[in-house]
Amino acid sequence: MTTTLPTGQQVDARGLSCPMPIVKTATLFRTIPSGTVVEVLATDPGSVKDFEAWTRSTGNELIESTKQESVFRFLIRKV
Amino acid sequence: MDEPLNLVLFSGTDDKMNAAAVLAAGAAALGRPVNIFLQYWALDAFRADRIAADHGLAPEAGAAGRKAVDDLRAAGQASWAETLRQAKELGGIDIEACSLSMDLLHITESDLDPLVDGVEGVTSFYLNAGNGPVTFI
Repeated sequence: MTTTLPTGQQVDARGLSCPMPIVKTATLFRTIPSGTVVEVLATDPGSVKDFEAWTRSTGNELIESTKQESVFRFLIRKV
Repeated sequence: MDEPLNLVLFSGTDDKMNAAAVLAAGAAALGRPVNIFLQYWALDAFRADRIAADHGLAPEAGAAGRKAVDDLRAAGQASWAETLRQAKELGGIDIEACSLSMDLLHITESDLDPLVDGVEGVTSFYLNAGNGPVTFI
């Protein structure tokens, strides 16, 4: 079951290959206040591990990582 | 990962430039500084009037490689120049032209795409590189 909490922002990275999903998310994160939850959509299979690694490295919180049909959905909170 | 990632770009084909752009962008997204030093054919590819042109692929690509690259671009993958442009918005990426290669190619700074931040020699590059790895592409 996926969480449907209201999110502050969304990054639609569907159709984009590495490293764009991460780059676009990192760019957005520079502009938002701490505590904001961002929803990222991606179709690049590498993005699953990339977002695990990116959140671990940057300290941001990966709340959820799910897949529906061919779309990966990540919920990330800026710490 | 506090030490910068330092990339010396020598090859000017689109495949190697794209690989370099991905490495740079990934580092930038993790907050790691990146120093790029453009030499020879990589520098030539950053000419303002050539940056968007087809720079070909390494010979090992062959026809099958050409098709694979074209298919991925058609599917929406960004060019290496666009990847670098977006990654630079994160801050932390510095792209410098090798002054010796500028002489070799008979070009001036105004001939280069704005992606290039300046011109420097190898000594400056090494000073900025610190203890981070230097990778030659």
